[in-house]
Amino acid sequence: MDADITLRVDGETRRLTVDTRTSLLDALRERLGNPSPKKGCDHGQCGACTILLDGQRALSCLALAVAYDGAEITTADGLARDGELHPVQRAFLERDAFQCGYCTPGQICSAVGVIDEFEKGWPSHVTEDLTGEPEITHDEVAERMSGNLCRCAAYVNITPAVQEAAGA
Amino acid sequence: MKPFAYAHPGDVAEAVRDVAAEPNAVFLAGGTNLVDHLRLGVARPDLVVDVRTLTSREITDLDDGGLRLGAASTNSEVAADRRVRERYPVLAQALLAGATGQLRNMATTGGNPLQRTRCPYFQDVTTPCNKRQPGTGCSAVGGYTRYHAILGTPGALPDPTAPETCIATHPSDMAVALTALDAQVHTLGPAGVRTVPFVDLHRLPGDDPSKDTVLEHGELITAIDLPPLPAGARSAYRKVRDRASYAFALVSVAAVVHDGDVRIALGGVAHKPWRATRAEEILRGGPLTDHAVRAAMDAELAVAQPQPGVEGGNGFKIPLAARTVAATVRTLTEEQS
Repeated sequence: MDADITLRVDGETRRLTVDTRTSLLDALRERLGNPSPKKGCDHGQCGACTILLDGQRALSCLALAVAYDGAEITTADGLARDGELHPVQRAFLERDAFQCGYCTPGQICSAVGVIDEFEKGWPSHVTEDLTGEPEITHDEVAERMSGNLCRCAAYVNITPAVQEAAGA
Repeated sequence: MKPFAYAHPGDVAEAVRDVAAEPNAVFLAGGTNLVDHLRLGVARPDLVVDVRTLTSREITDLDDGGLRLGAASTNSEVAADRRVRERYPVLAQALLAGATGQLRNMATTGGNPLQRTRCPYFQDVTTPCNKRQPGTGCSAVGGYTRYHAILGTPGALPDPTAPETCIATHPSDMAVALTALDAQVHTLGPAGVRTVPFVDLHRLPGDDPSKDTVLEHGELITAIDLPPLPAGARSAYRKVRDRASYAFALVSVAAVVHDGDVRIALGGVAHKPWRATRAEEILRGGPLTDHAVRAAMDAELAVAQPQPGVEGGNGFKIPLAARTVAATVRTLTEEQS
């Protein structure tokens, strides 16, 4: 069963017809030609499909495209501005925060969301004082990024890259 | 994935009518569990009715000093809310112990308590499961039972072929905190509005393991109220799991301590969040010493039925539950003195 939807993807308005079963991930990759979000597990367990959905990090594999008609989507492909890499992208390059690169677009979108959540003062599971402001420590970043798996295990460089981009 | 029709009605009343009119219809909110189940074939609806933008997303103060969580408020928003962090730390901690940042941004107050068990056999459509396909039997009995129930089960080694057998646990952390907080659930259904005490929302398998809750078909959670805690009350959530992050609970504990009284809810041990009423009665009036709490939990767990299984079964949960409750209460009483 088909539905007509409109998505704003990396600043462009895109209209398309989707089967009601289509995930946002498949709509982006297969229908709109944006291979930046990756299909890892397709079950919400690996984080490779992470995008910014209406400004917040979310898993595009667990979102039905038809349910996000009108949504504003940013993928890792749309983070650069005027030819300048996003600070998180630059930190990943400078810190060598990847090996094969398959999880990287999801890691980067997740990290952009993590930095925004720090700026809003959101606590995490490892925040000692729930009523205070969380600090951008290694443990805080590792906990907040736990939904992004890296099978090359580049965490040893991913965590410092996110800390650096967050201004720690 | 089986084809389905999608509806995005104008308001909650229309959404309830839509689902009530179609026996094989489901509500969709954050979708973090349902969309996975659509893909796995665990859920096979003919109609999906989207309510994510229909219920309130607000968190509002109640006149009695409590808080109302709109059903569409996300797990992230509730955990970050200053009032929740200051007045109901047990709820903020439970939410932050669950899932991941991406999932918490999608999952909602109304949807989280209605997520289904993560029993691997329930999620595998090639195996018999009384919850997924009533009457087919239970594959978990004698199988991989590490994440399964020790309380509220039909017996020590239930008959895997019996249609009522189910040893699944409820996976939500949030629901354990809401059980300890005596939250109230507001619903709108085909028969109108009603309020269900959170402790009564979930059910034991009984003679129908396919039903997780007491909600009727077409009944929608519209908000969850947190009653005020007495002045000076302290609360905490502690979760024991196989990994430091992003894993379901082996055992979890939500505790509220006030004036020598304690409220205790357990996760990871039963088909529903388990309110330890027997232990609470024994401990009423205190003192909440380590020894007293352990003894009360021994009494609570006297009816526990460890499930044998591969990798040693789940008997470890009995001492683990008692110790985790004692440790959580100790933290709260030490803070108080």
